Amino acid sequence: MSIADRWLLPDGIEELLPAQATRAEALRRQLLDLYSSWGYELVMPPLVEFTESLLVSGNHDLDLQTCKLTDQLSGRLMGVRADITPQTARIDAHGLIRPGATRLCYAGSTLHSRPKTALASRSPIQIGCEFYGVAGVEADCEVISLLLETARIAGIQGVTLDLGHVGIFRGLAELAQLDSEQEQTLFDILQRKASTELTEFVSASVTNAVAAELLLAMPDWKGDRSTLVRANAALATAPAAVREAITQLEQIADCIAQRAPDVKLYFDLSELRGYHYHTGVVFALYVTGVGEAIANGGRYDNFGAAFGRARPASGFSADLKHLMDLGNIEVKSTGAIRATLDGSASQWQAIAALRAKGERVIASGSGESLDVSCDRELVLVNSQYQIKPLSH
Amino acid sequence: MKTIITLALTKGRVLQETLPLLAEIGIAPLENLESTRKLVFATTHEHVQLVVLRGSDVPTYVQFGTADMGVSGKDVILEHGGEGFYEPLDLGIARCRLMTAGMKDAPLKSGRIRVATKFINIARRYYAEQGRQVDVVKLYGAMELAPMMGLADEIVDIVDTGNTLRANGLEAREVIAPVTSRLIVNKAAMKTKHDIMQPIIKQLAVAIEKRRKST
Repeated sequence: MSIADRWLLPDGIEELLPAQATRAEALRRQLLDLYSSWGYELVMPPLVEFTESLLVSGNHDLDLQTCKLTDQLSGRLMGVRADITPQTARIDAHGLIRPGATRLCYAGSTLHSRPKTALASRSPIQIGCEFYGVAGVEADCEVISLLLETARIAGIQGVTLDLGHVGIFRGLAELAQLDSEQEQTLFDILQRKASTELTEFVSASVTNAVAAELLLAMPDWKGDRSTLVRANAALATAPAAVREAITQLEQIADCIAQRAPDVKLYFDLSELRGYHYHTGVVFALYVTGVGEAIANGGRYDNFGAAFGRARPASGFSADLKHLMDLGNIEVKSTGAIRATLDGSASQWQAIAALRAKGERVIASGSGESLDVSCDRELVLVNSQYQIKPLSH
Repeated sequence: MKTIITLALTKGRVLQETLPLLAEIGIAPLENLESTRKLVFATTHEHVQLVVLRGSDVPTYVQFGTADMGVSGKDVILEHGGEGFYEPLDLGIARCRLMTAGMKDAPLKSGRIRVATKFINIARRYYAEQGRQVDVVKLYGAMELAPMMGLADEIVDIVDTGNTLRANGLEAREVIAPVTSRLIVNKAAMKTKHDIMQPIIKQLAVAIEKRRKST
């Protein structure tokens, strides 16, 4: 074994050194305080669970992303969580069992067996909020507003909020009477907005003329607010569920434009992130110059049914480390006091008193070199311990 | 701050076919790409700059968002997997086919065969779809040599006229996919730079449509 084998970390697994760790922790505290001030209660779900609980959605991607190990006590398969959202859904559905609205937040490490995207970490610190028990756009608006506030606190400027709704695709796929394999093919094509393949697919597999026309138009339903007007006109004869989706997007857009007028809104009605478990609006936050979304979220009603209680649900999450990297969270150094230990009880008490006041006191032996953060010194003057500036 | 769109182009023949198409919509490099060692080029479009890359690097640049858009062959996209970007336009240029080929008149081997290719993902997927288990050998060039020298039973490669195959005693067998160059766009760039990007894509679409009608 070479030395490199001992210190090398696995691909996509990173550690935070003091400067970064301090910033990440400061941001984590500020965000959890923010969520608390909005009424979101902190939960700390476990790092590992049985795969049956982690993978209830039948989400194939999440299954692949989850690292698994055998529980030696029960012989069952456990997974290291790749996503905290299903855990919060389980807590809401089966742990808390409250009748009305439940607002939960969390921050914790996750592990991805493969990176989610080319740029992503395999060990993100996932931070997020989930709002259970309330259906409708008010809850979606609250969650989106809280996401925008998250970006603001992290100091991330120039964000674009991307909005979509899985109900539009779902409704049109139903109208086109696609079987599940065809629907999956169409889904893949739309995710790539591959126009050639879309034209080929529609002419080969969609017989309903209205559905064919609308599916072909879907990739063009993207852009600013005028997108909704265009889509609405095109969807005049579409099923009610599809029209309802557009109405919801309009309401959300109105609300967010009013609450956060400086945020750029972008609509993409063929964007179907998390299509397999989302049931309504889906959204993501983008920053100019960053090649992927910095936060994702959406409505995922009835996810809790697997745990015995179907509940309306909406939420978002992000990687804390990514937010920290992109933002401008700064932690001011308050300096430190050096105390060279003389062995006396009174000095020890003086040090304890200073620490209790919030000072950073570095108690060092006589042979220890000076810590660079020290700017003051605890010295004994006339039998009194006093603080003197330290000249380097 | 002025928004800059970085467009990644594929070196070689594809570049020769891409530049006239871009010129039609008012995007031309400010200097001759051939006679310089530079890698990044300003263009006549105030928001667009060009980078010229090896074909297989284009999807990587676009996926990471280092380039906002790119021109890439469908073969390279299939091999890459196409994660992280859109492919909104078929440019209809650099037309060829991705095919299997083997020695002419050689009896088809049953069971496990060896396949030489630079498209290892495509080859593995294709043969699996055909219900055949194969051993894939990665090569970087001169694919025709592999069956001739007995390194592989078949190859998976791009076939244009088929002249090189014939000259070496090989025959093209099955078409895996028709190939043309595509415009690919980073997903995040599409959303954050939409106001500048969308008109360019629209104009390109119009230019392609015009070409299609005239042929």
